[in-house]
Amino acid sequence: MKSFFDRFRSKKTQPLVGPANISTVPLSDQQIQAVVTQELHFEPSQLISGSSQSIGRQRDHNEDCLFTFSTSMGGEKHSYPLGLFIVADGMGGHQYGEVASSTAVRTLASYFLKRFLPYIANPSETIDEPLQDLMRTAIDDAQKAVMQAAPGSGTTLTAALILGQQMTIGHVGDSRAYAIRSGGRMDALTRDHSLVKRLEELGQITSDEAAAHPQRNVLYRALGQGEVLEPDIFTSPFPQPGYLLMCSDGLWSVIGNDAIYHIVQEATSLQGACQTLITAANDAGGPDNITAVLVQLIN
Amino acid sequence: MGSVYRARDLHFPNVVKLVAVKEMINRAPDPLVRKTIVQNFEREANILATLNHPSIPRIYDYFSESNRSYLVLEFINGKDLEAIISETPGFMSEELVLSWAIELCDVLHFLHTHKPDPIIFRDMKPSNVMVNLSQHVILVDFGIAKPFFAGQKGTMIGTEGYSPPEQYRGEATPLADIYALGATMHHGLTKRDPRLEPPFSFGERPVRKINPAVSEELEAVINTALQYNPEDRFPSAEAMKEALVMAGRKTGILDRIGGAAASIHQTSSGIKPLWTFQCEDEVRGSPILYDGAIYIGSYDHNVYSLNVADGKLNWKYATEGGVVTRPAAFEGDIYFGSEDQNLHVVSARTGKAVWTYFTDGRVRSSPRIAEGHVFFGSDDQKLYAINLMSQRPSWRFETAAPVRSTPFIANETVFAGTENGDFYCVDFRGEMKWHYKAKMAVTSSPWVADGVVYFVSLDSSLYALDAKSGFVIWRFRMGKGSISSPYLTEGLIFTGSADGCIYAVDARTAKESWRFKTEHQVSSSPVIYKDSLYCGSADGNLYCLEYRTGRVRWKFATKGPITGAPLVYDDIVYIGSTDHILYALLA
Repeated sequence: MKSFFDRFRSKKTQPLVGPANISTVPLSDQQIQAVVTQELHFEPSQLISGSSQSIGRQRDHNEDCLFTFSTSMGGEKHSYPLGLFIVADGMGGHQYGEVASSTAVRTLASYFLKRFLPYIANPSETIDEPLQDLMRTAIDDAQKAVMQAAPGSGTTLTAALILGQQMTIGHVGDSRAYAIRSGGRMDALTRDHSLVKRLEELGQITSDEAAAHPQRNVLYRALGQGEVLEPDIFTSPFPQPGYLLMCSDGLWSVIGNDAIYHIVQEATSLQGACQTLITAANDAGGPDNITAVLVQLIN
Repeated sequence: MGSVYRARDLHFPNVVKLVAVKEMINRAPDPLVRKTIVQNFEREANILATLNHPSIPRIYDYFSESNRSYLVLEFINGKDLEAIISETPGFMSEELVLSWAIELCDVLHFLHTHKPDPIIFRDMKPSNVMVNLSQHVILVDFGIAKPFFAGQKGTMIGTEGYSPPEQYRGEATPLADIYALGATMHHGLTKRDPRLEPPFSFGERPVRKINPAVSEELEAVINTALQYNPEDRFPSAEAMKEALVMAGRKTGILDRIGGAAASIHQTSSGIKPLWTFQCEDEVRGSPILYDGAIYIGSYDHNVYSLNVADGKLNWKYATEGGVVTRPAAFEGDIYFGSEDQNLHVVSARTGKAVWTYFTDGRVRSSPRIAEGHVFFGSDDQKLYAINLMSQRPSWRFETAAPVRSTPFIANETVFAGTENGDFYCVDFRGEMKWHYKAKMAVTSSPWVADGVVYFVSLDSSLYALDAKSGFVIWRFRMGKGSISSPYLTEGLIFTGSADGCIYAVDARTAKESWRFKTEHQVSSSPVIYKDSLYCGSADGNLYCLEYRTGRVRWKFATKGPITGAPLVYDDIVYIGSTDHILYALLA
């Protein structure tokens, strides 16, 4: 009887011996993680995020501003992730650039939190207004607030309101939102409202020329500039599996997409990824304020 | 080197479907080279088969026999541009050259932006451009034939005279196609064949020096395309198209072409149906095709099974009430609701009843089949999920109004609207996940894609809601309410409205892309097939529009309002009308 079990045991422990001339490559951490994370299941589905900011190496004050907020809104049966992430870059060369960016961020954040508070308090309360309309109103409010608080200044604004699986993005200026997906894909979700980008879109200059163009900081659309503002507002599914990266031009104009992708993929945490991104931008000269926000939806 | 045969596809014995069969002879002596050539041919055939564009012939099939390879492709009834140029007594008109060049830019842009790899045509010249009977251009002779010619004249690909300088160095980029398009336009407008001139000598014979009738604007566009250095040309086919459109607007030629396009559509509205079938009363529902037969319900209480090839009656099945639903087919059975309050299940082969299910109201919601269940609504205010095995309900979901909306099933959830404006998301156990209240009835069927549910309401809105939570993402206002079901493709959502318009709305931004005004309410639901949108209107017409622009391709007049949705399959449109007739038309 014992030998019977032994036979089983010995079979189990017998090492696999392959032909001597075949060598195998061990799986990279990335490959292993890709397999492992697929098996984990998180309930409720939730948004996790990291963020980081630096003044850079060449500026004497910080005009970037960021805001992150995430929670799960629980109903009786189901709950949904709710998140709000904002990046704003006060306009250089203007006075009170930091007033503009922080005013815009605070106005937007408080608008949304006020709108969602009744719903968080009572899930049977409904929000009838379309999310894109809320975003439009919030940006209009922010525009007015910036013009009042810091006349003559301006700021970029890129905001992502995430509810369930959808993210509604409001965007003015040249801060960016990217969907980072596996396989090296970095899809820019936003379109820069910059002169140089427009020239590039029109085919007047190449992307390499754009990167070195002397007028690359000139925006044709910014919050706080002019009475009429036409923000870009759209909704798309949250990248899954993947990340949402929001950043100011202090990051994207200094390090390339491939470098960003690899830093995000290799980092062990979102927070670590953001810090490595900031460090990389500073190592590359840090010509401007740098802001990075990284968001992941797990379920 | 090879021949092109005109052939008939005998898979369609009852209609004459012509195809082109291109034969290529593999003369490589070395077996390994021969094999590589065949592999290249098959790889390219596979790429081409996936290209879906009106200016690219459809590939139906390919095969190789001993040392010959064959490609079966769409037969294009028309002439190639080289023949047209040489047959035209004087110069080609600026109008024609401009309108064709714009279409060629479109197709080049489509090829150059092809994912994952851009496709360079490499051999743009008049003899590779066909003009069909409706005056649209089609690119023929793709790189597919090239491997067979390689080695003939070194490795040069492309046609001398039309190719840009860098192509002679073996570089092929999108900018090479732009140069060759400029050369092709130059040839048409000047009738000087570039193959008979020194290479790259276009600069020495500007268009207007030979043909002063051409506008300066168009000449400037051609000159830019023909620049010696690629970087001085248009950066993309899209940019060249923009320049052409600008030139056409400035000279007013585009407006005149618009008029010409209208007259083309006049002539093609003399469309003859392939066949028709006359019912005894109005056809308000939509047909389906299943296993070689068309199934359609009518107000005359019948559901008909018709031979798809000729419209001959296979059988009819009588219910006790009008049938306004779209049937569903599953494993040899046809499912449909009737105003006699039953869901009927009938054998597709024999037309005999298999089983029925009685509800307490008329069934005007079309059935959907998923996961071993049939889902449908009834005027008895319930949404049903009936098990196909036991023929009993797994659940009934109670609402507060008749359910005429056809349920949409996605990710184990069921979406449907009701006549008092409630919109429900119900899970597979029949439990409500969320609910949204529109201001008026939601009669038509929703559409779910990428986690977003789209539906229209009689409250004049097209809604986009997060499918998981029911939060409203956006709301698009139309002129009037709608009972037309939306259709989504390539980020555009299409729907009709009682204000008489067919709308195309960007699904991300809720911005209107275009609208097309018909003469009466649009209750019919749009359907996209290839690059066209098909939709009926209460003005009696079935419209075929270019779905990206909303321009009319053709319309077909029936003798009564059209309320059902068309079905398009294998280049044939099937549409029922309240004039009692079901029509089969060439798409």
